[in-house]
This record gives sequence, C-alpha cells and structure tokens, in this order.
Amino acid sequence: MKTDDLVSLLSTDAETVDSGVPARRYLLALAGGTLVALILTAGFLRLNPALWRETSEPMFWVRETYCAVLGVLGFVAVVRLARPGLRLGLAPAGIAVALIAMWALAGVTLAAAPPQNRAQLIFGHMAMSVECPFRIALAAAPLFIAFIWAVRSLAPTRLRLTGAACGFAAGSIGALVYSLYCPELAAPFLATWYLLGMLIPTTLGACLGSRLLRW
Amino acid sequence: MKDQGGMRLSEERLRGLLVRGLAGEAAAYNIFLTELTVHLRSYLRRRLAGLPEEVEDLLQELLLAVHNKRHTYDPKQPLTAWAQAIARYKLVDFMRRRSRTDVLTDPFDEDDPLFATTSNDAAEAHYDMAKLLRGLPERQRLPIFYVKIEGASVTDTAARTGMSESAVKIGIHRGLKALADRIRGFG
Repeated sequence: MKTDDLVSLLSTDAETVDSGVPARRYLLALAGGTLVALILTAGFLRLNPALWRETSEPMFWVRETYCAVLGVLGFVAVVRLARPGLRLGLAPAGIAVALIAMWALAGVTLAAAPPQNRAQLIFGHMAMSVECPFRIALAAAPLFIAFIWAVRSLAPTRLRLTGAACGFAAGSIGALVYSLYCPELAAPFLATWYLLGMLIPTTLGACLGSRLLRW
Repeated sequence: MKDQGGMRLSEERLRGLLVRGLAGEAAAYNIFLTELTVHLRSYLRRRLAGLPEEVEDLLQELLLAVHNKRHTYDPKQPLTAWAQAIARYKLVDFMRRRSRTDVLTDPFDEDDPLFATTSNDAAEAHYDMAKLLRGLPERQRLPIFYVKIEGASVTDTAARTGMSESAVKIGIHRGLKALADRIRGFG
C-alpha cells in the first residue's frame, strides 16, 4: 500500500477525539483500585479497632501524609510518563525528599529512644513486620492492575520506568489503604517496612513494564 | 538559526492542524498527516541509512501509531516533542525486533546499488495492507472498508452492514489498532 493511501485512509471521516478520555480512565482506575484495595484490607485483615483513637496522634497523620504524598507523586509520574514527549519533572525529586524526610525522622526517633526500645520501634509491636510489606503489596495489587490498564490505552515510551512508576504509585496508595489496618506508627517501622512494601510492586512493574505496556 | 526558525514555524503549523484534526476536521487532519509524513520520512531515512528498504514500512507503522495514539497529545505540549517521542519509541522497537528475528539473514544481499530504489518509488511499503485488512474480522473490516476506503458515512455504513453506528465507529477504531499490531507481527 502506498503511504499516501494510508494517510487518506486514516484521515477520511476522522472523528472528534474526546480529550477527557485519559482523565476518566485514570479516575476509574484510581477509584476502582482503591475500592478493591479497601475490600481486601477490610475483608482479609480487618480494620484497626484502635483506628479512631490513633487519629489523635500526630504520628498517625505523619504516616497518612507520607503515604499520600508518595502516592500523589507516583501518580503524577505515571500520568507524565504515559504521554509521549513529556518530561518527568520534579516528581522523582519529590519522592526522594519524602523518603529522606522519613529516614531522618526514623533516625531521630531511634537516637532519642532508650536502647532497649529501639528494636520494637523498628520491628513493631506484634513482631510481624516481615509480613507487612507483603500485605502492602496485596493491597497494592488491584491498584497496580488498574494503573497498567489505564496506561496501556495511552502511549508510554519508557516502558520499564513507566511500569515502575505504576508500581510505586500503587504501592504508596496501597500502603495508605493498608494503614487503616496497621497499628504501627513508629517512624523507623514506616521507613523500613512500608517502603519495602511499596518497592515490591515497583520492582514488579519495572520487570514487567516492557512486556505489559508495549504498543 | 534559520533552521530553528523553520522548525518553530512547522511546529506551530502542524500543531494547529492537529488540534483542528482532533476536533473532527478531517481535511486539517489529512494535511497534518501528509506534512508529518514528510518529516517522519526524512527522520527515518537519516536513521535507517543502511536499511532504505525498511523506511516506508516503518513510516506506515508510525503513521498508524500516531493515529491510534492521537488522544495522548496534549495541545499545551510541543507537537515536535510528542511526535519525536513516538518516532523514537517505534524506531527502537523496530531495531529490537529486527535484531531478534534477523540475526541469520545477510543484510548485504540486496544492497547492490543496481536494485536500490529511487526516492520516488519508495512511497510504497512491502507488506500488503489489503491482505492485512482482509485478515480482520468482519465487524472491523467492513467499517474500515466502507468508511475509510469508499468514503461512505458512518450512518450509511451502519445501514449497509446492519451494525449500529457506534459499532461501526468501534469497529474502525479496533480494526486500526489490530492492523498496527499485525504489522508488528503480534496478531
């Protein structure tokens, strides 16, 4: 076929393109993914019975803000990576700042605590810290699938990075949902296990990105 | 300096045409694609200097990609950056596919200048689009054939095929996506 014929084939009766489609897909992915994550968390793990009492503690809000900020920045990175030719901008730097801030807070908390309390600050009260990252990954799974679905309809050109960004955004929002179950508030715990939880879908996304997002 | 001015000029012009095309102005969209084709062809010729045979194939694949992904263009962003990112992505994808499948063929076989095509003849791709079209399921093939090739309206096509108008539109949309996949050897 001649290229000119293809051009006329493509432009004949070309329809109006609804510029709101990507935004609606993202909204659906975000809402649907969060809803399933909530159902998984509330159904398999139960919500933290002391949740209401904890809301009066500043560290509760530090934790929620931490996850939410990372989630928003990860999501911004996804949105930018999914459109060809857009620069990533400041999202990665913002993510680095948030991570470093939490590590700094963890360091200060550990330094200020009596030595015999330090292990508990890192490993938590129930000594189940090893499970925490996997539970976060579980809560992140529906969000991850939803983000990949949304991005597949767009045109990412850096597939591994986009996959990783989908994973990181899903991991952070998943951690936010999971925190409704998790009673741990200590900064050293969050700086370790929450981050590991976010990194599971991030790694998965980086590994599967070029296969899942090819177009 | 002069070159930059020229680029800015075509940037503005092409962006305006695409924006009108996205709003449903088929004539503007046709000019956009025609002019973009010229830019893309010289881009590919420069980068595929050793593979002149492949230029037109990849060019058509690129045009399909631009068309199928045109909803990802944000009118606030430079058009050149958008088109170039798509072109670079497809070029890298093409190179990767080639290095995977063509390890055993000798690219120098057909490099004899006797058979080198002149630039005028190069506007035709190797794969047979008509054949690819024939391989599509009816719900995609008929809408593409009537609307895109015969130039019938969506309403007429719906009446002729017994499909609903939205099914005709979806058929075109999915069919062009399937074509793009088939060209890459996915389908």
